Amino acid sequence: MIYKHVLVSMVLALLSVFSFAQVSEGTPEEKGLSIAVEADKKDVGYESSQSKMTMTLKNKRGDTSVREMRVKALEMQEDGDKSLVIFDTPKDQRGTALLSFTHKVGYDDQWLYLPALKRVKKISSRNKSGPFVGSEFSFEDMSSQEVEKYTYKYLRDEVYEGKDCYVLERFPVDKNSGYTRQISWMDKEELRVWKVNFYDRKKSLLKTLVNTDFKLYLDKYWRAHNANMVNHQTGKSTELVIHDIAFKTGLEDKDFNKNSLKRAK
Amino acid sequence: MILRVAKFLSPLLMACAAIAAAEEGNLEAEVGFEARGWIHEGGQKQERSNLSVRIEAEYYTEWNDGDDSFTFSPFLRLDQRDAERTHGDIRELTWVHVGSDWELRTGVRRVFWGVTETQHMVDIINQTDAVENLDGEDKLGQFMINLSLVKDWGIVDVFVLPGFRERTFAGKDGRLRSPYVIDTNHAEYESGAEENRVDFAVRWAHSIDDFELAVSHFSGTSRDPSFQLSARSFTNVTGLGPVPDELIPVYETIDQTGLEAQYIYEDWLWKLEAISNSGYSDDRYSAAVFGFEYTAIGIFETRSDLGYVVEYHFDDRGEDSSADVLESDLALALRWTANDEDSTEVLTGITWDSDDEEKMYFLEASTRVAQEWKLEVEARFWFGRDSLSQDFATAVQVLSNPSAFSRQAYFQDEDYVQVELTRYF
Repeated sequence: MIYKHVLVSMVLALLSVFSFAQVSEGTPEEKGLSIAVEADKKDVGYESSQSKMTMTLKNKRGDTSVREMRVKALEMQEDGDKSLVIFDTPKDQRGTALLSFTHKVGYDDQWLYLPALKRVKKISSRNKSGPFVGSEFSFEDMSSQEVEKYTYKYLRDEVYEGKDCYVLERFPVDKNSGYTRQISWMDKEELRVWKVNFYDRKKSLLKTLVNTDFKLYLDKYWRAHNANMVNHQTGKSTELVIHDIAFKTGLEDKDFNKNSLKRAK
Repeated sequence: MILRVAKFLSPLLMACAAIAAAEEGNLEAEVGFEARGWIHEGGQKQERSNLSVRIEAEYYTEWNDGDDSFTFSPFLRLDQRDAERTHGDIRELTWVHVGSDWELRTGVRRVFWGVTETQHMVDIINQTDAVENLDGEDKLGQFMINLSLVKDWGIVDVFVLPGFRERTFAGKDGRLRSPYVIDTNHAEYESGAEENRVDFAVRWAHSIDDFELAVSHFSGTSRDPSFQLSARSFTNVTGLGPVPDELIPVYETIDQTGLEAQYIYEDWLWKLEAISNSGYSDDRYSAAVFGFEYTAIGIFETRSDLGYVVEYHFDDRGEDSSADVLESDLALALRWTANDEDSTEVLTGITWDSDDEEKMYFLEASTRVAQEWKLEVEARFWFGRDSLSQDFATAVQVLSNPSAFSRQAYFQDEDYVQVELTRYF
């Protein structure tokens, strides 16, 4: 789910002083999973959120193209979260909206609303490795980062930008993933993800994501307000900036169905 | 023309009053500049080129935390040659109230039903704005009261549809029409209430895992007319004397039950639409369209996707079916999505009538040429049938013989290319 990925996977981490202690040692796999579980726990209880974001696509020549969108998200207890993304620009695509129900196990459900035809179309979520709105973020980068969707391996401790970090490797469970593995740098204090390297199906380095401008919300939820994804193979990059974000906004289940998708504005 | 503009303006003024009373809202607009070129002169000596401008706007405002909203979308097209294509419409003029598990939508709206790509047979709430495009995807606004209930077992929509919208048809100087001009001023209805009949519809739709299902029923005036020769306008044909040269649309009262189904399996979308329709000459008929859409992503080591669309159309009225019904056709299309920063897309394919080898090739391509400009190119070419003669008299003789009558026969010389440049505000 977009919200969760952007604001959570690439980022997040709450101010739990205990998180440190709860990371179990054991084998690198056990320790890796334990770090992932602890990081995921830091997002529990956000209930719902609403945010505005801008994606700026840059090609090798430096030409830019902008996409603005609004994201609503709903935390689910038993299953993955629900989200609704509404596109505002480019103007020829304004009013287009994407409703996603993520599932911890199995494929996500996704419906696309096409305003010109007033049509709701259920789309295949298998095509997760494709680019999201032409950007360097893929659909899977933007979707909910449920713990169950990867297996993990702790690699080492390393100092990144002056912060003590865990370096963690994770492997997608889904064979349709565009990646063979991802390596992330998470600070030990708050379990925020500062950097991720993505490796493609041929196992070569494809992209690097760098998160900056972290802010703390409700004394609990850390969010990066700037996420920059660079594609090493094409020289293109996409910068994602979050402008406004609010938590516990009172959104309910009824705000995430095909009727609400059709009236998304 | 003046009457039509007045008809168009009165709800517009009403809407302006509503807007003035509302709080601040959001206004968006787009203007499309369209040019069409034909390879041949028209069968009735119509010109080989045409220019046209389309203006669409949308005003939206909401209150009560979004539980109430108001939308107004006027539409206006100005056409260089075709007086019938110069037209205005209220696409939307609607108030929506959202309750806990229900919505009430009142006013002029557009509603889409369906899952397939090349034919939309289940979609029946709105009349087709046929002068806009041959694809039938442009719709006229329909006044309705629509209650929508969200249940665990699906979404149920109930529609009350007062008032009927007639289909638009190209005029005398317009193209992409039959040799007969359609006289829209003298439409006939099976219902005594004519265009004031109140129609009803209901639809249940549900998502179950990878299945999307919907069952609908419509009871009212058919959106799809049959035609009768007019007794008002004649052309003198050598050897025949005066023959009628216009058709009158006849709107029958029908009951139509529709089924929509889509199943996702890996990268395949399997689709089915089917209808059962009673009303036309008291004979119940059935029609269906089914097929799949398969998408290969990241083709040839690029970031672009290639989708294959295969759909088969079937209509048990066969060759007796009305002019724009496909009796037994296969549609094959390729959809190329570049996934680039300009959202470039190309859809190209063919519809092929296996019974008489009639074929139509089509191409639709679009790309953004600047942040607020979009360029679209469209082309259609017909093959496989002899052209109708350029003069009306011969055309009439051909068309008066039912066995020679063909849905696309009169389009054989209508091959065209269209370019539209749209500016968004």
